[in-house]
Amino acid sequence: MHRIDLFPTHEYQGLKLRAGRPYPFGATVFGNMVNFSVYSRYATDCTLVLFHNREEKPFIEIPFFKEFRLGNVFSMIVFDLDYENIEYGFRMDGPYQPEEGHRFDKSKILLDPYAKLIVGRDVWGQEPNWDSAYQYRARVVLDDFDWEDDQPLETPVNDLIIYEMHVRNFTCGAAAGVKHRGTFAGIIEKIPYLLELGVNCVELMPIHEFDEFENARVSPVDGRQLCNLWGYSNVGFFAPKAAYASSGRFSMQVDELKNLVKRLHANGIEVILDVVFNHTAEGNEQGPYISYRGIDNKTYYMLTPDGHYFNFSGCGNTLNCNNPNVRDMIVESLRYWVTDYHIDGFRFDLAAILGRDQNGNPMSNPPLLESLAHDPILGKTKLIAEAWDAGGLYQVGSFPSWGRWAEWNGKFRDSIRRFLKSDPEVLGDVKERITGSPDLYASQKRGIKASVNFVTAHDGFTLMDLVSYNNKHNEANGEDNRDGEDNNNSWNCGCEGHSNDPDINRLRHQQVKNAISLLMVSQGIPMVLSGDEMGNSQQGNNNAYCQDNEIAWLDWNDLERNADIFRFFKRIIRFRRLHKVLRYEDHLSYSDYHHTGYPDISWHGVKAWEPETGHNNLTAAFMLNGQYVGTGDAADDFIYVAMNMHWEMHGFELPQLPQDMSWHVFANTGMEPPQDISEPDEEPLIENQHEVLVGPRAIIILVGKKRR
Amino acid sequence: MNNIESYRLGKELDSFNYQEVQDCILAILDKGYCAVLDMTDCTYVSSTGLRVLLYSKKVAASKGLNFLLVGVSNEVKDIMEVTGFNNFFESFSTMEECLESIK
Repeated sequence: MHRIDLFPTHEYQGLKLRAGRPYPFGATVFGNMVNFSVYSRYATDCTLVLFHNREEKPFIEIPFFKEFRLGNVFSMIVFDLDYENIEYGFRMDGPYQPEEGHRFDKSKILLDPYAKLIVGRDVWGQEPNWDSAYQYRARVVLDDFDWEDDQPLETPVNDLIIYEMHVRNFTCGAAAGVKHRGTFAGIIEKIPYLLELGVNCVELMPIHEFDEFENARVSPVDGRQLCNLWGYSNVGFFAPKAAYASSGRFSMQVDELKNLVKRLHANGIEVILDVVFNHTAEGNEQGPYISYRGIDNKTYYMLTPDGHYFNFSGCGNTLNCNNPNVRDMIVESLRYWVTDYHIDGFRFDLAAILGRDQNGNPMSNPPLLESLAHDPILGKTKLIAEAWDAGGLYQVGSFPSWGRWAEWNGKFRDSIRRFLKSDPEVLGDVKERITGSPDLYASQKRGIKASVNFVTAHDGFTLMDLVSYNNKHNEANGEDNRDGEDNNNSWNCGCEGHSNDPDINRLRHQQVKNAISLLMVSQGIPMVLSGDEMGNSQQGNNNAYCQDNEIAWLDWNDLERNADIFRFFKRIIRFRRLHKVLRYEDHLSYSDYHHTGYPDISWHGVKAWEPETGHNNLTAAFMLNGQYVGTGDAADDFIYVAMNMHWEMHGFELPQLPQDMSWHVFANTGMEPPQDISEPDEEPLIENQHEVLVGPRAIIILVGKKRR
Repeated sequence: MNNIESYRLGKELDSFNYQEVQDCILAILDKGYCAVLDMTDCTYVSSTGLRVLLYSKKVAASKGLNFLLVGVSNEVKDIMEVTGFNNFFESFSTMEECLESIK
């Protein structure tokens, strides 16, 4: 049978047309036809503008005839287009009344908000033609990648070890040793490295199309070119960043990114995308027309009563996330990334904004967040909120979740950092963080899986800088060191920045090991900042968003320079993966409800079973009972962690184990390598089964198991 | 053993010539022959071109036939590697090597 509706009904300047399908929005290929569809509530007229690839002048502009409109949607089918050699945009006509929220301007050629392939910034740093009337150009894409039997991995949330990374920074450094530096393909070349490190999930900082030239300038301090390296400024919500693909110059970024996901999946590594739905690259009233402003300003942006842009993002505008149509766009974008790119999860930048109503007020049951929590396609997709925004809304512990949303646990970061620098006021809080923050998540029954734990993330100091600087040093960003977080809870170990003092450097390494130890023995989902495993430094810059140079690029020589740190990371990550008792899904009970003789978790002081015993609130120990994650052979070991953030050595009395078991030492951050950590499952027996001496600012991890 | 027939590509495989190339390869497979695509002269394969290769491979497989590549240039190899298309193909430096392997 042949369909009878596949014949043109109109002809315009030689091109054959017919009324399109309003849905789906965007450009969709079927057979020898391309369906173009765009929504605008307030536009009065629309024109489809077609270019041959990279040409400045369109070869045709086709009006959407009256019969090509349904409701507020303009849609048309164009026949026999050589869609690999077509770029398209729209002109929208309508009122220009900024005070009413309308900014239509039919002189502008606008990007499709649903564009799946965007060209114009195809090779990183290649100067664009600024005179071009159409800068970010939509192309039509075929969605027929051959995934074979790949699907999102659906790794249990509590088993994840997330590695937060930036596509370009990861392999751009000269010593990265890859062929395709700074690209998706470069990450593929580093899969063996990721496997060696032991992480099972990469969280990619924004990979939606953005413009690295946005706010480009020369640093007044060192004369270097500064650019938008991080990409927290979306040009399109459906298109991958072309210049992150080594094949971007051939417009093959879609296939290259899909291949990356497929290869990572084949190696058991999930992919989470950091998505920025809180604002766009169009900025405030002075910003450019890229898409949304000209397509339907009043729909896409949160506006003040007099038509100005609300700025809850700190970036000039705020996406109108709880407008029903914008909400649909966000849901469709996420579905698209899951369906077409097999993405495993999302981390939502400044997610508190997603819960504000159209006037900017926080809602108790934000429809967007509820839609995402209940969406059928996103049903097993990880949803992680950065639960605050630049407008002062802080929702760590209270982000509306419907049992589905996890949060970046900013309180984990703050408490652990303060503990590391021997702040005596924080031990009570640290205990909550280590046990999966029951104070934040237990009452809502969100479980431990609601807490993404981290000590460092892209915002702020790297781990090595956290122990090397008291203050941020962002002068090179050219903003008089005003940008970036001031409250870092960091301690430089006795000297600001680089030091040749071996004692200081030894202590810094020890503190790095303390930090990763606390992260890996805490309940919750650990997230490691890329580069921390090799002691990466940004020379004290805690906001390297614009430093497309060796400040932000990983220096792979660090792997050798800080070999003990890398070794420590690998082993403690493997330790966590081996021990289920470190990866509970729900909060612990502090009781022995299975009658094993020991509670599931117990706190201790320098005296066993007496948590109140200690020094200056800087010493504590806890024990996890492996019999609570399984019985018989499925039982895990006992794990005992003694933490001494005091500057003096202390003896910790050990809890007595069941008769056939004894304590073995897995890690002691106070020891010089190679005694600082052993191979997981090959821990040596300790001689004294009654007490361990924990050095100044050190952590000891013991495993209680049957003697070999 | 099946008969073999080769088709020699020009400088590029993209949306301008994909139909002709596809038709020629399918004609070989329709005869029940294995197809060898000689890419010695080819320095660029577009997204559409990559799809011609994979489509040919899948049609060949559905007929129990081989579809092999010969003389893939470094430029094309690069594109195929970063997009993952290389994983689907057996490829040989020269026609002789190719013929030798399927003897």
